[in-house]
Amino acid sequence: MKINIILAGVGGQGILTIAAVLDTAALASNLNIKQSEVHGMSQRGGAVQSHVRISDTEIYSDLIPLGKADMIISVEPMELLRYLPFLKKDGLLVTDSNPFNNITDYPELEELYSEIKSHSNTILVDAKKIAKELGNSRATNIVLLGAASSQLPLSDESLQQAIKTLFERKGEKVVLKNIEAYHKGKEIATATI
Amino acid sequence: MKKLLLGNEALAQGAIDAGISGVYAYPGTPSTEITEYIQRSKTAKELNIHSQWSVNEKTAMEAALGMSYAGKRAMTVMKHVGLNVAADVFMNMSVSGINGGLVVVVADDPSMHSSQNEQDSRYYGRFAMIPILEPSNQQECYEITKYAFDLSENMGLPIMIRLVTRLSHSRAGINVGDRIAENKIHLPLNSTQFQLIPMHARGRYQHLVDIQADSRESSENSSFNKSFDGKDTSMGIIAAGIAYNYLMENYEDGECPYPILKISQYPLPKTSIKNLFDTCKKILVLEDGYPFIEEIISDFLGENRNVIGRLSGHVNRVGELNPDSIKKALGFKVEVTDSIPKVVSGRPPELCVGCGHRDLFDAINQLGKEQNTQKVFGDIGCYALGALPPFNSINTLIDMGASITMAKGASDAGIHPSIAVIGDSTFTHSGMTGLLDAVIENTPITVIISDNSAIAMTGAQDSSASGRLVTICKGIGVKEEHLKVLTPLHKNLEENINVIREEINYQGVSVIISQRPCVQLSKEKKDNVKHLQAVSIN
Repeated sequence: MKINIILAGVGGQGILTIAAVLDTAALASNLNIKQSEVHGMSQRGGAVQSHVRISDTEIYSDLIPLGKADMIISVEPMELLRYLPFLKKDGLLVTDSNPFNNITDYPELEELYSEIKSHSNTILVDAKKIAKELGNSRATNIVLLGAASSQLPLSDESLQQAIKTLFERKGEKVVLKNIEAYHKGKEIATATI
Repeated sequence: MKKLLLGNEALAQGAIDAGISGVYAYPGTPSTEITEYIQRSKTAKELNIHSQWSVNEKTAMEAALGMSYAGKRAMTVMKHVGLNVAADVFMNMSVSGINGGLVVVVADDPSMHSSQNEQDSRYYGRFAMIPILEPSNQQECYEITKYAFDLSENMGLPIMIRLVTRLSHSRAGINVGDRIAENKIHLPLNSTQFQLIPMHARGRYQHLVDIQADSRESSENSSFNKSFDGKDTSMGIIAAGIAYNYLMENYEDGECPYPILKISQYPLPKTSIKNLFDTCKKILVLEDGYPFIEEIISDFLGENRNVIGRLSGHVNRVGELNPDSIKKALGFKVEVTDSIPKVVSGRPPELCVGCGHRDLFDAINQLGKEQNTQKVFGDIGCYALGALPPFNSINTLIDMGASITMAKGASDAGIHPSIAVIGDSTFTHSGMTGLLDAVIENTPITVIISDNSAIAMTGAQDSSASGRLVTICKGIGVKEEHLKVLTPLHKNLEENINVIREEINYQGVSVIISQRPCVQLSKEKKDNVKHLQAVSIN
């Protein structure tokens, strides 16, 4: 078993939280992990990505080779497309539909959506709206994680336990909201695929 | 259970477990998290391990040497260009040697993710004639650091550990071992070792030359340098540090057909390399950074040895390595299904919304419309983003502190106005001495210190300048009437333009402190900064 995941977004959007949940769940499941991330200059409102690799055998490279990612999870629709060269044939795309528009030449949304939908295996979802309805718009990333969860080699229990571990410091309410966000994401994915 | 750690954090844990008494560093991507990990560590707190940031890499390395002189183990940490700042002590402490174990950690940044160049620190290690360790993965980051301190004390030399961005900033599960106690204070038996007056330095340098054979022998026997057999001897592969991982990624189950020599300790192990040459028809060298090994082992005229790598053009000469660049070098095809759709725009980094640098650049740009542009000398920090649209406010960005001294040189050449824009922490790092140069000659320059009271780019660490800038500038000799403090807010734009215009027109040194805390700081930190500033002005 080996899975390669690219997480994408804009600096400050919280992709490292998704990475941390995946890492924690994988470690607790006795799996090997490598997860590279971006620090420094690019973090300031620029495009950022994280490569997450989970396996029951030894993982060598910290970076995923081109064409070898099983899925891309993005918290921003344009950022999803930036990493397409990494996606394997018929790999899974999961993305929030809300643009983060901090540049002057941001493309037309419809163009973006049609590009995303041209891929067969896609979950395009308004995760921000779902998170807001739950009363915690910061849980957008966990909704997306939930949406991707059925394709992950990690059990539901291990992922939920990881969410609990990571948000424990912020209080029970935050933990529950995030668990809820995870379940909502999971439901939506079932309805979409 | 395994601990989930960045390469940087694994190294830091290794240092704590090696019994260090202090870490000395200045933040710099990709090295910052090493010191931060020790600052956060409960164990380090209980043991009272020193971890406060230093003012720059030179002061950091010298303090580490002082701790080593006292007999304790010390570590100093920096990014690759930080070693340029510390090069003076670095080159001399290999001659003096050390007492307590001393490890210099340098994180290189191939591909310049957050840097001005991609210099390869292994050249510095070789220049200083000290052993270099180059871990290939996170577990090795931990183990090699513990080993480095023992090696340092055994050889009586500082040891360099070289990292690259992708190892520094990638996580994995780590098995952590036991911690040994810190050294007790024990002064050097013979302190002439540390008195580098020529009569002693000559002896020390001879000693350094003499122990090179021991250093090489240590590499030959190092468990971090490993030879792997391979059936296909049409090629042998030397893979250094992280390059080993990218190589192995290309073979399912790690079954590489070629003999491999994995290098994680330098000087290069001659015997192992000779064995590879003797058994293989050609040698492929895989190394992140410059073609360091390839240059050493290639024949100068390129006629007698069949060595290929970054120098020969078989692997990309610039930019970092990755599994795909090595895949090509191995003769495999990179298979990509999708390309980046045309609809995707670039998204470069930018200053945060509400950042004080923005308001400063607005003021400078307004003035730029009145005056000629191309006369603003920038420096290293978040405000370097002022070189990009929509600001296009600064014209140069070279190294820490160069804004002030370049502005001075340009002014000497007859340029007016000549404006330097420098951050608060960069100013105390390397700007103060340049300002003194300008004060001595009363050179007509305007120095704007964009003071956000944080080392912002690397994660808003505490700045040594907080609450001290006015006092420092006065102490250096800036005249009080040309030392102005302003608040970069949109509502103050006109007023701020007037202040800058007035000081530009002054034919001497003026300093304008543009002061507003970084938006990334917590409320508690912001309040603390305001308090420090209020105290300093009164």
